[in-house]
Amino acid sequence: MDKERIARELIGIVGSDGVATDPGELRVYETDGLTIFKAMPDIVVLPRSAEQVAGVVKVCHRERIPFVARGAGTGLSGGALPVDGGILIGLNRMNRVLDIDYENQRAVVEPGLVNVWLTNALAPRGYYYSPDPASQTACSIGGNVAENSGGPRTPKYGVTTNHVLGLEVVLPDGDIVNFGGRTLDPLGYDLTGIFVGSEGTFGIATKVIVRIMRTPEAVKTLMGVFETIEDASNTVSEIVGQGIVPAAIEMMDNNSIQAVEKGVAAGYPLDAVAVLLVEVDGPKEEVEALVGPIIEVCKANHVREVRVAKDENERLLLWKGRKAAFAAMGQISPEYYVQDSVIPRTKLPPVMKLIGELSQKYGLRVANVFHAGDGNLHPLILYNSANEGELRKAEEMGAEIVKACVEMGGSLTGEHGIGLEKRDFMPLMFNDDDLEAMRKIKKVFDPDGLLNPGKIFPAAMRGGEVGPAGQREALDKVLRRA
Amino acid sequence: MAVQPTGKITASAFDQIDPPDAELQLDCVHCGFCLPTCPTYLVLGNEMDSPRGRIYLIRAASEGKIGISDNFVRHMNLCLLCRACETACPSGVKFGFLMESARGQIERHYQYSAADRRFKHLILRTFTDPRRLRAVTGLLSFYQRSGLQKLVRASGTLRLFGRLGKMEALLPAIPDKRRRKDLPEVVPAKGEKRGRVGLLVGCVQRFFFADVNSATARVLSENGYDVVVPRDQGCCGSLLVHEGEREQAKALARRTIDVFERAHVDLVVVNAAGCGSVMKEYWELLHTEPAYAQRAETFSKKVRDVSQLLAQAPLNGRLRALKRVVTYHDACHLAHGQKVRQEPRTILKAIPGLQFVELRESDDCCGSAGIYNLLYPELARQFLDRKIERIKETGAEVVVSGNPGCSLQIEKGLKERGLNVRVVHPVELLDWSYHGTEG
Repeated sequence: MDKERIARELIGIVGSDGVATDPGELRVYETDGLTIFKAMPDIVVLPRSAEQVAGVVKVCHRERIPFVARGAGTGLSGGALPVDGGILIGLNRMNRVLDIDYENQRAVVEPGLVNVWLTNALAPRGYYYSPDPASQTACSIGGNVAENSGGPRTPKYGVTTNHVLGLEVVLPDGDIVNFGGRTLDPLGYDLTGIFVGSEGTFGIATKVIVRIMRTPEAVKTLMGVFETIEDASNTVSEIVGQGIVPAAIEMMDNNSIQAVEKGVAAGYPLDAVAVLLVEVDGPKEEVEALVGPIIEVCKANHVREVRVAKDENERLLLWKGRKAAFAAMGQISPEYYVQDSVIPRTKLPPVMKLIGELSQKYGLRVANVFHAGDGNLHPLILYNSANEGELRKAEEMGAEIVKACVEMGGSLTGEHGIGLEKRDFMPLMFNDDDLEAMRKIKKVFDPDGLLNPGKIFPAAMRGGEVGPAGQREALDKVLRRA
Repeated sequence: MAVQPTGKITASAFDQIDPPDAELQLDCVHCGFCLPTCPTYLVLGNEMDSPRGRIYLIRAASEGKIGISDNFVRHMNLCLLCRACETACPSGVKFGFLMESARGQIERHYQYSAADRRFKHLILRTFTDPRRLRAVTGLLSFYQRSGLQKLVRASGTLRLFGRLGKMEALLPAIPDKRRRKDLPEVVPAKGEKRGRVGLLVGCVQRFFFADVNSATARVLSENGYDVVVPRDQGCCGSLLVHEGEREQAKALARRTIDVFERAHVDLVVVNAAGCGSVMKEYWELLHTEPAYAQRAETFSKKVRDVSQLLAQAPLNGRLRALKRVVTYHDACHLAHGQKVRQEPRTILKAIPGLQFVELRESDDCCGSAGIYNLLYPELARQFLDRKIERIKETGAEVVVSGNPGCSLQIEKGLKERGLNVRVVHPVELLDWSYHGTEG
C-alpha cells in the first residue's frame, strides 16, 4: 500500500490529529491486554463519528487494505491485533452517552464509552448497566459487544448479548446499517444477536442501544475464607443447588490473593487457600433472608471465616480486589498468560488439581481467579519472557489446560473470545462442517476478508499460515499428545 | 544494552546516568486501568499520550527499538506528571519515577529549539532560586501597586510578549513588603510541647503566598511544635525533577538535606504539595550517591505535609466559627503523589461553622502541573476550565488547595470568569479560625 497517499486521504477524513504513521508511535498499538501477542499496524486512525468510520472503511475497501477496530485495548485474546498489518481504527474518541431513556430503560452509547462510565451516568437516578467485566473501569462497551463480555454478575443477569437491543454498524464495504432497535424482540432476523460476540469480524459498531436496569433495593456481599479449594468449590455447588441465585460468586486462590493484597489491600486474609465472594441482590427482605442460608452452607463446608461487608465502602473494596486481580499481577510477576476456559462447576476440584500438577511440571506459578458461578476459569500463568524458553513453556502449559477443560466437558472460552489466541484450538470443539458454517456467515458480512483477518478460524482454513510467537508449535505438541 | 529475543544486541536510547529503571518498567502488565484516569489521554485521545503508552515508549527506547525522536519527546513532555495513573494502578507501577528519569534522558540527549530552551530555563532559574525570585517579586509588587499593571493589561502590550505575556496572567496579588518579611528563625511552641519541626518555606510559597508560611508557623506553634525555619534553606528542586533537570535537582536536594540535618528537627514540615512529594522521594533521586543515599532515606521518612501533622491529633486551642461554604481541591502531588487525601479534609471539618462541600472530580489535575501551564497553556486551559466548572457547581465561597501552583492556576481561572471565590491553603483557614479574623 502507498502509505503516504493513504495517510493523506485519511487525514482528509478525520483530521491530522487522528492519524498516526510514525513507527515509533504505532508501536504503542502493537499489543493490548494480552501482551503475549504483538502485531504492528501500518496506520492508526482515530475517528470521532460513524461517518468518519464509514469514510475510513470505504478507503480500506477500495484499496483492499486489511483493517481492524480497537476499543480500549484491554482485550485478552489478541482479538484487535492487526495480524496482517493495515489500518487500525481506534474508537476510544467515540466515548459519549448519546441518550438515556430512563422510563423505557434504554440508553444509546458510542462504542468507545468506558463500561463503568455508563453506570456512573445512570447512578444518580438509581439505574445501572449490568455487564461488569473485571476491567469495567477501563474496557469499552464496543469491545464488550465484540467479545460478548461477561463479568461477575453473569450468573443472575446474563452476558452482554442479554443487554444489547440494537446497533448501528459500519459494514466492511462502508455502508452504515441498523440492527435491532429499542425493543426486546426485534423484527426479522436477530442480526443484533449474531453481531454481538462476532469479535470484530462482521463490522464496526458505531452506536449501541443497551438495556439499563433499576439499581436493586438491597445488596449484600459475603466473603468466605477457605482452607481448601474443594471446600470452596463445594460451597459454590451447594449454594446454587439450594436454588439460590446469587448475583455473583467469585473465587480467588492464594497467589491471586497475594497480588491483590499488595496492589489494592482489599482485606483478603493472606494465608487463605481460597477466598469466595458471594453477592445477593434484590428486594430488601429477600436479600436479608438469603444471607443466613448462604452462611450455613459455608459453615457446612468448613469455612474458616465468613464476613458480611458491613457497609458500601467495605463491599466496594471487596469487589475492587476481585476486579483488580489481573491488573495487580505486576505485583508478583512481570508477565502473565491468562486462560478463559469454562468447565462444568462440579469439575472444579479435579481441574484445580490438574492445574497444580501442570504448574509443578512446567515450573511456572499460576494464579487462579474464576467466575465460580458459571464455571469460567481464569488461570493466570506467570512467566518472564526474559528467561530463556519461559514464554514457550507458558504457551504449552496454557494449551494443556485448555485441552483438559474441553475433555472434561467444558469450552475454550467464557468471555475473552477466540481471537488470535485460541483460533487453532477451534477444532477441539467444532468439526469441519461447524466451522464451514461459521465461515459462510463471515463471508456474507465480509466477502473480501479485509475486516479483522486471521482471527477465529484455525490454520487449515487460513491457508495453513503459521501462528505468532511459535504458538502453533506449542499447540501441535500438546494436541499430538492426545 | 538490551538483548532482544532474536539475539540481536541493540543499544538503548538512554545513557547509564539513572535511566528509567528496567524493573519498574516490568511492573506494568499493560492492563489499561490507567487510561481513563489520564487527563491527557482523555483530551488528546491517543494512546501515545496515556500512561500505558508512555511506559511502552520508554520501554521501547530502553530496549533501543526507538530513539529519542521529536514525537517521543512530545509524548513525554505532554504528561502532566499528575500521577493519577499511580492511584489507578493495581500493579503499583511507579510511573512518576519512570517519567522523571525519562525526562532526565531527554534533557541530555534531545536538542530543543533555542527559543524553547531559553524560555524553560528562564522560568526554572527564576522559580528555583530564592534570591532571583526575591528580586522579581519586588519588581512585580511595584508593577502591581504602581498602577502599571492596569495600564499594561489595558494596553494589550502583553500580547507582544507571547508566552511571557501569558505568565503575567498567572500573577496573584503579591503580598506587600511587610508580609513578605521572612519568618523568625524559631517560632516557639505554645503550651505543652509536642516536638520540634523544620519548615520548608519554598520558593513560590515564600514570595507569592507569604501568608501561608506565617499561618503554618502560627498554627503549628499553637499545636505545640517549635517551628525552626533554617535561614540558609533554598529550593527543594521539585520543579527541576519534574522537568528532567536531575543533576541540578540533586544538588538542591543534597543542600536541603544538609540544612535540615543541621537544624536537628524531629520532622520536616512542608505546606506545598509539589515540594513535599519530591522531598519524600529524595531517597529515589539520590539512591546512586553513596554519601547521600542513606541520609536521603532518613530525611524522606521525616517529611510530612502540614495537614498530616495537624490531623494526627485533636487540634489545640480555641477555634472560632468561620461561617463559610468551602470546597477542597486535591492537589495531584498530595492525593496521588503522597496519598494524602483525608488529612486536609479532617482539619477543615474541625473548624466550627464551616460548611464543607465535596468537589466533583476533586483529584483531577487543574493543569498547573509545575510549569506545564506556562509550557502548554492551551492544553492546561482545558483542564483548568473543567476544574472551574466543578468549583462553580459547589457554590463554595472558598476553594482550599494545598499546593501553591494549583492555587495560582485556580485563582487565575476564577478571576477570568469574574467569580468571587477565594483560594486559600488549609492552614490559612485554621489560622483565621484561631484568630477570629480573615487574612
